[in-house]
Amino acid sequence: MTEMTDRYDAIVVGAGHNGLVCSALLAKAGKRVLVLEAKDQVGGAAITRSFADGYSVSACAHLLYQLQPKVLKDLGLKIEYAAKNMGTIVLSPDGQPVRISGNRVDGVSEADADSYKGFFKRMTRFADLLQTYMNKPPPRLANGTVKDFWTLARFGLDVRRLGKTEMQEFLRLIGMNMYDELLERFDSPLLKGALSLDAVLGTHLGPRSPNTILTYLYRLCGNHGSVALPTGGMSSVTEALAHRARDNGATIRTGMPVKRIIIDNGRAAGVETESGDTFSSWLVVSNADPKSTIMSLVSSRNVETGFTRRVDNIRMRGNAAKLHLALDGLPTIDGLDKKDFGERMLIAPDENYVERAFNPAKYGDFSLNPVLELTFPSFRDASLAPTGKHVLSAIVQYAPYQLKGGWTDTARDRFMKTAIDKLAEYTPDLPQRITASELLTPADIEKEFHITGGHWHHGELTLDQFLFVRPVGGAAQYAMPLDGLYLCGAGSHPGGGISGAAGRNAARVILSREKAA
Amino acid sequence: MTIQEVQQDRKKSPFYACQAKLDRLNQWHEWKGYSSANAFYDSELEYFATRNSTAVFDLTPMTKYRITGPDSLDYIDRLVTRDMRKIKPGRVAYAVWCDDQGQVIDDGTIFHLKEGEYRLCSQERHMEWFTAAAIGLDVNIEEETADVAALAVQGPTSYSVLKNLHLDGLENLKLFGLMNFDFEGTDLMVSRTGYTGDLGYELWLDPSKAEALWDALFEAGKDHGIMAIGTTALEQSRIEAGYLAAYEDFLPALATVRAGRSRSPFELGLGWLVDFKKPNFNGRRALAEEKLRGSNWRLVKLDIEGNKPATHSYIYARKYGRLKQVGFVTSAAWSPICKHNIAIGTVKTPYGAVGDTLWVEIYYQREMHWSRLIAKAEVVDKPFWDPERRRVTPPGVY
Repeated sequence: MTEMTDRYDAIVVGAGHNGLVCSALLAKAGKRVLVLEAKDQVGGAAITRSFADGYSVSACAHLLYQLQPKVLKDLGLKIEYAAKNMGTIVLSPDGQPVRISGNRVDGVSEADADSYKGFFKRMTRFADLLQTYMNKPPPRLANGTVKDFWTLARFGLDVRRLGKTEMQEFLRLIGMNMYDELLERFDSPLLKGALSLDAVLGTHLGPRSPNTILTYLYRLCGNHGSVALPTGGMSSVTEALAHRARDNGATIRTGMPVKRIIIDNGRAAGVETESGDTFSSWLVVSNADPKSTIMSLVSSRNVETGFTRRVDNIRMRGNAAKLHLALDGLPTIDGLDKKDFGERMLIAPDENYVERAFNPAKYGDFSLNPVLELTFPSFRDASLAPTGKHVLSAIVQYAPYQLKGGWTDTARDRFMKTAIDKLAEYTPDLPQRITASELLTPADIEKEFHITGGHWHHGELTLDQFLFVRPVGGAAQYAMPLDGLYLCGAGSHPGGGISGAAGRNAARVILSREKAA
Repeated sequence: MTIQEVQQDRKKSPFYACQAKLDRLNQWHEWKGYSSANAFYDSELEYFATRNSTAVFDLTPMTKYRITGPDSLDYIDRLVTRDMRKIKPGRVAYAVWCDDQGQVIDDGTIFHLKEGEYRLCSQERHMEWFTAAAIGLDVNIEEETADVAALAVQGPTSYSVLKNLHLDGLENLKLFGLMNFDFEGTDLMVSRTGYTGDLGYELWLDPSKAEALWDALFEAGKDHGIMAIGTTALEQSRIEAGYLAAYEDFLPALATVRAGRSRSPFELGLGWLVDFKKPNFNGRRALAEEKLRGSNWRLVKLDIEGNKPATHSYIYARKYGRLKQVGFVTSAAWSPICKHNIAIGTVKTPYGAVGDTLWVEIYYQREMHWSRLIAKAEVVDKPFWDPERRRVTPPGVY
């Protein structure tokens, strides 16, 4: 059935967390906002869903580490946490794990522990510097306004104010790879492995790839890398955002996949859903990634060639898979107490192991010895599994989006077995505790969450796709080169992670542009 | 280490043998990989063939693309600035295409061969840009430069010459139209187009029939003063016609490095090719902004006193009694047919409005010694040479 065309002040395509933040802020400013979500549930890649009878898990993003306090403040939200400031345990094959918490490392030499303190201090300082710029639109380099000029000048000044030595360090490190820096600083293989993994999680990069220090810094932005689990999983965050958006007057409709953004005489005019309903608005904000927004929703024929080419060239090949296991009880891990299951665990025995795990991915094969970030969310949050039973949620790398031969069921099963075998090296009794399992490859992530390439940052976070040039040069301030069309997702500045910064910045740009017009 | 041998031979056009037979000067240069003659006998003589009888120029080396596929019209319409929906099959359009900044990448002619099938001819090669422009569209682009032999047949008697080839219906062919004929069992396409600003045609056919066509043409034209011409004569004609040449009157935008060295269509006097009624085309946003804020440069046609060509001259304007340098000449020639000293140049706005008086600094050499003169130059609006016979249908029989 085709509905009568409805007119809104703004239509937001996609109810991911950024889309919801943006909608809530636009609605708060008095706009009549419609949010259309393809799935039956809001949240995008930040959702909790069942994967086996009685077992639920945060299906894509599983840890919260960058949720911007400014977003929560603007919306007057409070998140309930099942766990905050979780520590990190780097699992060891011989039962001698390394524990990292804030600036403390246990299980390494005194020299390493001292060195880590210095490393952490410097990195968090640099991250704080970047953090300031996460919450404002990146300045334009050419054709900028006075405001852009001051933002840029301020950034220069901030870098200078680090002091001579620290400024030099910042400039030296920002384009560098993590591997070389670790080699200069630390002896402990487990510590080096863990930091390598944190630098490359969710990317198509190895620790020896350039600019993996930047990706590490990005991780530290907001909460200095300390991770949290929201009670009830990620959906509790996005449901809270959706409630706030609705309270502010926004209409959210789920199960309404958008087929195309209607372009009328060179400007956005509304959207058409797969079912044929059309909704009109002179303002369309896309929470979808830049590639699917431009290439499928808008169509390249409505934008110009140079822009199309830049969007087409955005690097966004996902390389991380998500593993969900339903367990009939906690497994045992050598060297770990029961309480340790509430922490974040890593399997990354050393820096070379992580780089070697990446090697096959360059040539279209998955890692035979993958790296893993795993949590037992049910240990902290009993609502996720039946009493006494548990859920294991893990990110498994590397699983290239463009796998040779494609992600067939056989390929997926093989990678799942590889991941479980790797886990079993550390927790031999795990396999017999598995009652159900699910593996989401980048191809599955693309399909389920509508992210091109299954890349959860909506585009690789590298210097050439960062700040002024995210998603692409000439379109970094959320406005697309089509009147009335904006991006508000992770593909725009600052990037991925459940931060809400992109959604908040986009809303602010939209509202301030409107004021200026 | 051995250095691999590189094939350095220039390509030979299918008309090469025919031309070599006529050649008296052995003055050839390279044009897009092909050997092309500067002149065969004498460039002045060849120029006068263009204006007084019939000149034949081999334009096979000109870059040609075949554009086909369901989205070919959408593709071309987005590529160029003018409205291609108005160009029906059997028609040809002169067009420019721009980058996203609204700067001209090149100009050329687009032939609507049949519904949804186009040939695009340009000075430069553009496969990289054309491929990028095809992202997301169902269109096929192939370079067909070597697959099509092409001749320009230009001059007042060109119609009479072609009539002798028994091309029935040619009298009805209008300017910027194209028709297909049978030539010895092969398709011969004739378009009423050219680069001389005179009555003239361009002939397109399969290279295997090139020599046969050349011979038939020269036989048909033997009583009409037909003559093969080289690039020097053509260059003189095109300046008279006020046509632009890439790398002379503008630099293709993708070849520029420094800011401000490229030009928009407005800055090349081609604003009439920009159709803002189209919702989207490459460069639209930037050009709309330029239209609003004004252009930085202006293309001028200059009528200069004296008879010394103002090649590469600085252009000055008089301001507060003093001469201020405002631009430079990009093409210049003495026009024998107009008896005027003419030039095309680029000047900063607001200088160079039609009717303005500018000054050019001309250097010339006599017996080794250089002289310099400042000559007055009037900015004119019409092409220097644009005879009625160019567009009259049916064409005059001379």
